[in-house]
Amino acid sequence: MATVSEPQTGDRSNPARWLVVAIPYIWLLLFFAVPFLIILKISFSDTAISIPPYTPVFEGFGAIGDYLSQLDFENYLFLTDDPLYFQAYISSLRIALISTFLLLLIGYPMALAMARAPSSIRPTLVMLVILPFWTSFLIRVYAWIGILKPDGLLTLLLQTIGLMGPDDQVQIFRTDYAVFIGIVYSYLPFMVLPLYAALEKMDNTLLEAASDLGCPPWKAFWKITFPLSLPGVIAGSMICFIPITGEFVIPDLLGGADTLMIGKTLWTEFFSNRDWPLASAVAVVLLLMLVVPIAIFQNQQKKVA
Amino acid sequence: MKSHRFDATVLTLGFAFLYIPIIILVVYSFNASRLVTVWGGFSLNWYTTMWSNEGLMDAAWVTARVGVISATLGTILGTLAALTLVRFVRFPGRMLFSGMIYAPLVMPEVITGLSMLLLFVALGIDRGFWTVIIAHTTFTMCYVAIVVQSRLLTFDRSLEEAALDLGCPPVKTFFKITLPLIMPAVVAGWMLAFTLSLDDLVIASFNTGPGATTLPIKIYSQVRLGVTPEINAICTILIGLVTLGVIATSISTKRTELRRIRDEHEAARGA
Amino acid sequence: MAKSLGPVKRKFSPWTDPSAVPFIRFENVTKRFGTFTAVNDLTLDIYEREFFSLLGPSGCGKTTLMRMLAGFEEPTSGRILLQGKDISGVPPYRRPTNMMFQSYALFPHMSVEKNIAFGLEQDNLPKGEISARVEEMLKLVKLDQFAKRKPAQLSGGQRQRVALARSLAKRPKVLLLDEPLGALDKKLREETQFELMDIQHTLGLTFLIVTHDQEEAMTVSDRIAVMDKGIIMQVATPAEIYEAPSSRYVADFIGDINILEGTISKTEAALGAPGAIHIDSDGIAVKVEQECQAVQGDKVAFAVRPEKVRISPEQPADTSVNAVYGEVWDIGYLGDFSVFLVRTADGRIVRAAQANVSRLVDRPITFGDMVWLTWSADAGLVLTR
Repeated sequence: MATVSEPQTGDRSNPARWLVVAIPYIWLLLFFAVPFLIILKISFSDTAISIPPYTPVFEGFGAIGDYLSQLDFENYLFLTDDPLYFQAYISSLRIALISTFLLLLIGYPMALAMARAPSSIRPTLVMLVILPFWTSFLIRVYAWIGILKPDGLLTLLLQTIGLMGPDDQVQIFRTDYAVFIGIVYSYLPFMVLPLYAALEKMDNTLLEAASDLGCPPWKAFWKITFPLSLPGVIAGSMICFIPITGEFVIPDLLGGADTLMIGKTLWTEFFSNRDWPLASAVAVVLLLMLVVPIAIFQNQQKKVA
Repeated sequence: MKSHRFDATVLTLGFAFLYIPIIILVVYSFNASRLVTVWGGFSLNWYTTMWSNEGLMDAAWVTARVGVISATLGTILGTLAALTLVRFVRFPGRMLFSGMIYAPLVMPEVITGLSMLLLFVALGIDRGFWTVIIAHTTFTMCYVAIVVQSRLLTFDRSLEEAALDLGCPPVKTFFKITLPLIMPAVVAGWMLAFTLSLDDLVIASFNTGPGATTLPIKIYSQVRLGVTPEINAICTILIGLVTLGVIATSISTKRTELRRIRDEHEAARGA
Repeated sequence: MAKSLGPVKRKFSPWTDPSAVPFIRFENVTKRFGTFTAVNDLTLDIYEREFFSLLGPSGCGKTTLMRMLAGFEEPTSGRILLQGKDISGVPPYRRPTNMMFQSYALFPHMSVEKNIAFGLEQDNLPKGEISARVEEMLKLVKLDQFAKRKPAQLSGGQRQRVALARSLAKRPKVLLLDEPLGALDKKLREETQFELMDIQHTLGLTFLIVTHDQEEAMTVSDRIAVMDKGIIMQVATPAEIYEAPSSRYVADFIGDINILEGTISKTEAALGAPGAIHIDSDGIAVKVEQECQAVQGDKVAFAVRPEKVRISPEQPADTSVNAVYGEVWDIGYLGDFSVFLVRTADGRIVRAAQANVSRLVDRPITFGDMVWLTWSADAGLVLTR
């Protein structure tokens, strides 16, 4: 008798069992996987002036041959032609890298302090980190506009305490600095929580043992605490780095005209220039850039699960 | 002791950074003056204008419906997906399946939004209320799956085996034993899904159509025109709702926790 | 065998009756998980009303065997018969067996009485009958006052009783108990062992228990199957397992034992006495009285329990007994017993246990003393496996 080698309860023929797999599977295939194939396809097709602004996709299987012959790299060539796109990709990666580093720099001490706090107040601290994360992204970015505007609250504050003359204004809004502030602010909970999770479950007696063996605290941190928290560092960095690379709202609302980010470029191609194939090509290249970090993230998640 | 003071400083500064902008936003929603930098006295003026702003109210109503429907669908699908991840060790395409669960968590929204839109166009579906719901269901179900999965991983399967052993068929066992016990995680998943749907601007922008303008889309279009106290007012209400929800949940978990501790004391006393 | 082994618990031994029909039969059952073989071509009969133990270290396949009977696993090959009927393919919820789980698996969201009623409700019994049976079960396990409590509000011992009551409520043909007392402390465990035996006897059910605790198995069982690596090493009564283990493995697994490896130097033919065997174990000559298939020159092991070895400073006068001379290497004081580890001239350790019958001893044997260890020819046995 053939058996499935996994330990499980009997009655394998029960069709309900397979519905459990089939329903979410089919949903995700249809609404997550297939769209990626379509985006790939459209990125190879020509811009049409009509709406939808690309030549149609489904012409039956007989048309596949025709269709393949129509494919071209025109949109991709265009991406390489115009240095603007290349710069936008590089700039996105640069901003994402710097932001992730800043997030680690700020998030790690916070997570460490939370993990070292008395266990009675730890749940409260965790909730305090989570609460802003439940608050709308848009609202949190919006909150910074009022602060950073030239005639905003930061200017007012600096003028009031005399660090700035009454006619001077803070020139942060609509620059990359504002984008960094917005990103660090918005993504901080995403960085702190995985770090905290890794630090919190660490056995405290390890540090006592290190201390007992003559290791001073700062050295114990680099030799024990930090290496053991690396899974959290990787998880937190990936969770932040990947979406930041494609971020749209923050550079759009806080960045300036010269703030180049690929998410914004894609949005403009799509909504303003209505060039869907080009937007698709931009998305495909962005996705390709993120394949490696996404693979790292998935690996990490599987290890946790 | 030195590290103690360091930790306290870090946390104070960190939380100040996280909360001061939100507090400012809330405070200025009660500002009588239209100018951000001028405090013109306390006023509920912006709440009343907001209330009579029909476009804003329509958007809020659309958002609420989209949120409830997509969170519910996302919770059902996400729970099934979590069961699949934890309980089905081997099936064809498992790698692909878990990839499709984890990827949307980090996928830049512009990519998810655009790709779904292209699917709807390819299928000839008009964009509107239901396409936003499908899009939101798809990305929120992945979050629900992660939340429920972590609960299922610690679920004692002998409870289900005990039910089967006592004559309860599998599907009934799921509804009588498994579901009631993972309910807190399912509810948490629903709340997360609802909030994510409520917050989403990018995916909704790509997939919406006439008559299905959601609140974030509305807010975004107004924010681009500048800071207005009216936006502060609606943001404050949203923050208030979410805060209430989170606090209520945490109080109820705290109460369950307290009951559990009391139970254990009782068990230790009475024999 | 001429001499009886150990005390007789009760007159119940269907396994000695060739006409008795087994209640449960495992027939060449094999279970593989991937490349790992948990149960390997195992055949075993269990009789009605028997209290049967599966005993072995973790990973020996005992739990898998039980789970196959409950229906949580299907055999890779072979059959399982219950009252002569093949039950393979029958899902757990349609099998007349019930199981008490190691973790108890009490439903945390249901009260004690709801837990006990759960199985009965699945059979759609009338409400009155269910509540009567629940009450009866609560009385049986002495938990009448705790009916409305949730499992979290009970102590470990009480939870164990609820689990027992729940699994008994449906009057299963076979009750399966997976390490039923593992989570209890020693004193409570001993009490509960006797209660279990009592309940089994009163209700007249067949009990199959999985345990790694040999004392527990010895106390409660009619018969024990000692398992290792997916096969059964020996099936016998507790006394037989202890006094006449069939292999080095069983001898070593159950209780404390001295094992001396050696070669048969003379058999009964040469010695002229029925059942007499001499073994040479690297210079230690051992005389044994035992019916044995082994012939001269066979490599065998001689096994003798420490409590059957006497320790004395004087050389024994009787030359018919076995005697080994050595130095007291270590003494383990266990309260009721003291165990002496004696080192022979070639460095082997032989253990002797002595009951501490009097509180004070005139001249106690102590470290470094030279002593004689003696045992009679029928005290130990020859193991060929």
